[in-house]
Amino acid sequence: MIALSDYLILSAIVFCIGLAGIFINRTNIIMLLMCVELILAAVNTNFIAFSYYSSDVAGQIFVFFILTVAAAEVAIGLAILTLMYRNRGSIDVDVTNSLKG
Amino acid sequence: MEFSSILFYVFGFCFVASSAMLVIARNTLKAAMLLILSFFSVASLWLLLEAEFLAITLILVYVGAVMVLFLFVIKMLNIDQSTIRAKFTTYLPLGIFVSMVVIAQMALVLSAGQFDLETVEEPARHIAGYSNITELASDLYTTYVYPFELAAVLLLIAIISAITLVHRKESRSKRQNISEQVSVQASDRVRLASISSTKTKKPK
Repeated sequence: MIALSDYLILSAIVFCIGLAGIFINRTNIIMLLMCVELILAAVNTNFIAFSYYSSDVAGQIFVFFILTVAAAEVAIGLAILTLMYRNRGSIDVDVTNSLKG
Repeated sequence: MEFSSILFYVFGFCFVASSAMLVIARNTLKAAMLLILSFFSVASLWLLLEAEFLAITLILVYVGAVMVLFLFVIKMLNIDQSTIRAKFTTYLPLGIFVSMVVIAQMALVLSAGQFDLETVEEPARHIAGYSNITELASDLYTTYVYPFELAAVLLLIAIISAITLVHRKESRSKRQNISEQVSVQASDRVRLASISSTKTKKPK
């Protein structure tokens, strides 16, 4: 039998892989977006596991909204990426430092 | 070992392995393919947790739309992989350090026995005619109807902003400018030139 903690540990592992991916691929925005998607998938797994083990459908509804927001985020992120490539000719994060922040 | 446990370990292994290969992938296109694989594995895990609607949504919306968008952008932009990959190892120690710290923190929480997570009973499986969509929808359209509407508005805003961001004015466009057409004067269109009369050449 698979316990709730097994699902939590699995999603914790994937969450940490995605977090490490953000640090490793710091210069490539497309990879950053994909790592964020990975982290969201891990978090959603947590929500669904809790929803299943407590027999409450509210967790699944929350995942539904997270999926909506993530889809909007990806659409706008990729639009900004396309603009950045058009204006700078590169998607390297280190090139886009005109604000000197 | 039950069959569902075997499924959990197989799909969980696929999920972790494809995610790990994603973050160290040298090629962005390969990384996108691995992300599709990890989405499929996590959707299978959600099916095991009886969240059928969300599992199908993940595959349809994420693999079908979002990942296609990713692939479009990857193939459309001519990205020089070598310059991006040159800095690959710079942040590797920091990334491993941070993820190790997070893993340690989560292990402290999950394994301390504080929340009795191991003793949570697995609920009985639903009967064969059970519809996950019906249950989800009956909550979504009653209790959560305002967040649902807000989500729809959010998607609309996302569409509009994405289009306005990347839309480029067409230079060869033959679009009408009504106000310019209405306010046009005769002097704008007709030029009266006084040409002195000259002898025309005889045709040969």
